[in-house]
Amino acid sequence: MAESMQAVGPGASGEGLAVSLHQPGPIPLAADFHCEAGELLALVGPSGSGKTTLLRAIAGLYRPASGIIRCAGETWFDASAGRSRPPQRRQVGLVFQDYALFPHLTARGNVMVALDHLPAAERRRAADRWLARVRLDGLAERHPAALSGGQRQRVALARALARNPRVLLLDEPFSAVDQVTRRRLQRELALLRDEIRIPIVLVTHDLDEAAALADRLCVLHAGRSLQQAPAETLFRRPASPAVARLLDRHNVFTGRVVDDAAGRRLQWGPWRLEVTHGLEGLSPGQRISWYLPPSDVVLHRRGRPSRGERENPVAGRVVEMAVLGGITYLALAFDHCDDTLRFELSTHAARRNGLARGERVGVSLLASGIHLMPDAADPLHAPPDR
Amino acid sequence: MDWTALSVSLRLAGLTCLLLLPVGLWLGRALALSRFRGRALCEALVALPLVMPPTVLGFYLMQAFGVQAPFGAAWQSLTGGGLNFTFTGILLASLVANLPFAVQPIQRAFETIPPNLREAAWCSGLSPTQTLLRIELPLVWPGLVSALALTFAHTLGEFGVILMVGGAIDGETRTLAIAIYDRVQAFDESGAAVMSAMLLLVSFLTIGVVYGLAGRRRWRRG
Repeated sequence: MAESMQAVGPGASGEGLAVSLHQPGPIPLAADFHCEAGELLALVGPSGSGKTTLLRAIAGLYRPASGIIRCAGETWFDASAGRSRPPQRRQVGLVFQDYALFPHLTARGNVMVALDHLPAAERRRAADRWLARVRLDGLAERHPAALSGGQRQRVALARALARNPRVLLLDEPFSAVDQVTRRRLQRELALLRDEIRIPIVLVTHDLDEAAALADRLCVLHAGRSLQQAPAETLFRRPASPAVARLLDRHNVFTGRVVDDAAGRRLQWGPWRLEVTHGLEGLSPGQRISWYLPPSDVVLHRRGRPSRGERENPVAGRVVEMAVLGGITYLALAFDHCDDTLRFELSTHAARRNGLARGERVGVSLLASGIHLMPDAADPLHAPPDR
Repeated sequence: MDWTALSVSLRLAGLTCLLLLPVGLWLGRALALSRFRGRALCEALVALPLVMPPTVLGFYLMQAFGVQAPFGAAWQSLTGGGLNFTFTGILLASLVANLPFAVQPIQRAFETIPPNLREAAWCSGLSPTQTLLRIELPLVWPGLVSALALTFAHTLGEFGVILMVGGAIDGETRTLAIAIYDRVQAFDESGAAVMSAMLLLVSFLTIGVVYGLAGRRRWRRG
């Protein structure tokens, strides 16, 4: 239906949301991202990374010094043209972190506030329909003080959706409820997504939540968007050591590109590692950061060589071993570098192999998992404070 | 019982409330929400009548209302009348003296509204005026009522300021509080007692009405 209405940025069609905001301060911003209709984009990053500021800018509650926000083919904000629509004329559905329900109005009254576009006679029925849709039928007469945290969140969601928004913005919507309620609400959001065909932007600092709910994640640090990709890609192929750190990924090392008789290899300490992708474009002697997902570390069985052992075998010393139920988390240290290699395996496998702190063990680093991060200029001057 | 004095008192208190309400709303909201240069000074000026001895405030007002003073002269040329020893004079004095009672409760009430409530209203499509009428006013209602009650009760009891500016002219500036003082001066203690009881009753009724109104907030607790 949307005949291509003038491109609004890389990858965003006329229906979606395209955001490009830049300013040196007081809150530094250098963020570019887009979200298609029907897509759920999660903005993730540590607290103070500008997630909420970006959300407020989309809603029209914050005006950055420069940038453009376009949604559904309309320009909502264009700093260079001096244009900024007020929040009333942007049609956003915003669910605040603390829900911001009107305490003097009932659940129905809260939803009806967002229904001024309907004739007065229809507002009440429409509000009840929205409440039923978030499964709050029967609670329409309650004031927010008489609702549980999860019920308040649903009222906030119903109010946000009642306006027929062009974009739904969720600011840490699950942070104020207990874990059981959180899971239920997350499941309902996943179901709701199938019914509303608008861009949904979720702000969260919970990586698991973002990975579970979002189609794509946008990693932010100090107001800067570092990488946008599906969770699987981000976790396996972070764009830079900084992204890996922000995503709580370990196993970032530095090596050197070398050529030997067998072909091009990655020299890491005493080992020359085979790498499936990425070495071709590099020149010998180049220093390079690389990352290996924990899932691509394979433990060598004690006394029983297996077929995987020919692939990038390395040996290290167990310096950390934490048993958390059925899973054992291990960290190996090496003589040639300070960084540890972290991976996990099932606790019974750890027991069977007699793993213990101080033991030397052999592991294979799968060549297809090794992810090279060439000239990754580290955008973070200091490691994130976590 | 000096019915004329009671009527002057009630008229003064009612008009003070009526005129101070919009001022208190505007000033209280501005002081609560906006951060501007000189805000602390503004707040101090509003609170000043609270800490000044009434006779001192009354003295300065009397001076300002005199035809030699710029304000009094301007008033004279605009209206053709003076301010000292007139009902209008004590009404103006009462507006100044009651400023903190009208502004402060309203300011406190606006300060308790979380800022994101206003933003949620905007995002729901409400204009700033609609937000004020439908969201903010219902929430500051208790502050509004207590501002009115304090102003009303305080005006009924005001003595020093009124006496300095208005004297005790029957039917014009002699309020009930001043009439009581006059009775006592004239050794008419029973007359003073009746009027004191009347003032006590009116004050009590005012406060009672206020707590009745302000207490009707079902939504505070579920």
